[in-house]
Amino acid sequence: MPFRSPRLADLGGALRRHWRAISLIAAAVAVPGLLFAFAAGWLDPGRLTPAKIADALEAHDGLHPGFRRAHAKGICFVGRFDSNGQGARLSRAAVFGPRPSSVIGRFSTGGGQPYAADGRLVFHGMALSLSAPGGEQWRTTMDDTPIFNVATPQAFLEFQIATRPDRSGKPDPAKVSAFLAAHPETRAFIDWLRDHPLPSSFANGTYYSIDAFRFTDAAGKSRFVRWAFVPEAPFESLDKSRLASLDKNFLFDDLVARAARGPLRWHLVITLASAGDPVDNATVQWPEDREKVDAGTLAVDRVVAEDEGPCRDLNFDPLILPAGIGPSDDPLLAARSAVYSASFTRRAGEPAQPSAVALERGGAVRSVP
Amino acid sequence: MSGVRERFVLPARLLHWTMAAMILGMLFVGVTMVSTVGAAHGALLAWHKPLGIAVLLLALARIAVRAIYRPPPLPADLPAWQRRAASLSHLLLYLLMVAMPLIGWAMLSAGGYPVQIFGRLRLPPIAPHDLRWYSRLHAAHAVLAGLFFATVLLHLAAALFHRLIRRDRVFHSMAP
Repeated sequence: MPFRSPRLADLGGALRRHWRAISLIAAAVAVPGLLFAFAAGWLDPGRLTPAKIADALEAHDGLHPGFRRAHAKGICFVGRFDSNGQGARLSRAAVFGPRPSSVIGRFSTGGGQPYAADGRLVFHGMALSLSAPGGEQWRTTMDDTPIFNVATPQAFLEFQIATRPDRSGKPDPAKVSAFLAAHPETRAFIDWLRDHPLPSSFANGTYYSIDAFRFTDAAGKSRFVRWAFVPEAPFESLDKSRLASLDKNFLFDDLVARAARGPLRWHLVITLASAGDPVDNATVQWPEDREKVDAGTLAVDRVVAEDEGPCRDLNFDPLILPAGIGPSDDPLLAARSAVYSASFTRRAGEPAQPSAVALERGGAVRSVP
Repeated sequence: MSGVRERFVLPARLLHWTMAAMILGMLFVGVTMVSTVGAAHGALLAWHKPLGIAVLLLALARIAVRAIYRPPPLPADLPAWQRRAASLSHLLLYLLMVAMPLIGWAMLSAGGYPVQIFGRLRLPPIAPHDLRWYSRLHAAHAVLAGLFFATVLLHLAAALFHRLIRRDRVFHSMAP
């Protein structure tokens, strides 16, 4: 055998002698390797991953590097939360103790287009990061609707795909109707929007927790709750027929002007679930007569543009919770946390772009670009 | 009273097998939690941080044990390249045991996340809040996790090679 080196012959002999041991070693490496691939989802193309939902958001509203994949247009604020002590009956979280918490927050409009006109982005959101004395943090991201449009992350993904604008710039009506036929809860959400007035301002909107959470008091007793930040500013509604003619940044202009006149206030109202209330479905409202506890007041002291503000580089992950507040089994909650993280990691790796909402020296909003 | 130990001392063996389970667990927890939007995401994320800190503390204890008690020598007839591969892969494993938790902790710090363990216990940030750093550390954490897993598998294959093919005392020296 002229082409066979002695070393290779050795190897061949060794393989023959030790084939059992070699197969065992190969199996000992392959089995955990396969399990790892399975855990990572590589063997399961159908797995609903955070990346898939982030991709769907990008496909829906376009890729805008450096921005959040949803609620892309926003402004920061700083303020404080003054607990009135009532929340301590429900949760042992330090934020419900006697001393005030400092707050970094963000108002935003819906959608993933950071430079769109406010009239096109009719959902408002408020996100908060509350730091209790001692540093314990609670982050929450809320919408101004008491119900969400879908109940599960899978439905959220399908909704993004069904309502994706095609070349005409509008979603395909056939796909939208097919989705709505399969999702009465989304139809109900659209009806809710049609039947309820929109707040005219960030400052007179109520912001809801979306999901249910579990509060645990000092004695270890747990209850399911939802919460809302209810404004002191009287509600005024927006004329929905005029949305298209409103100024591009009218919501942000209004907010900046109101904040310049003094702190804006909201009450944290905690609603307790009764037995049988769904705590794992954000599309279903609880009956109005549920016990409510006013736990304190949020004061928004100062509004700061994102480019200079403390909120842009935060992920308002709704699973950043203090001891005394825990998640419910709502499947949206873990999904929100996972997708917010994917969005955060993507934009962190992209160069930051100027926010659409910049403030002049005097405080007025300047449009960018 | 022989001057040369044949087996690793009991604390070293205990640390080895405890950490083996924890590190494999962490790698699986990590790779699962970033690839699902399911309920597991939240629960696994809550466990990943305390487990990571525990691995860091145990790794430091392990380095101390190793410094105090010299490990048993490799067989005298082991080829030089295998000797070098063993010491390099062990060094890499020690580096990763310490670096992975530190990178994870620094990554959360750079991302502006509170490093909260079960809500109440908080660790201070160990890096400035800067998203460029968060992004780099996040990438490093992911790449090194893959390297860590590959090195663990190599380590396992080598251990079995000693046990099943060379039939020397190396596997026995760390056996539980």
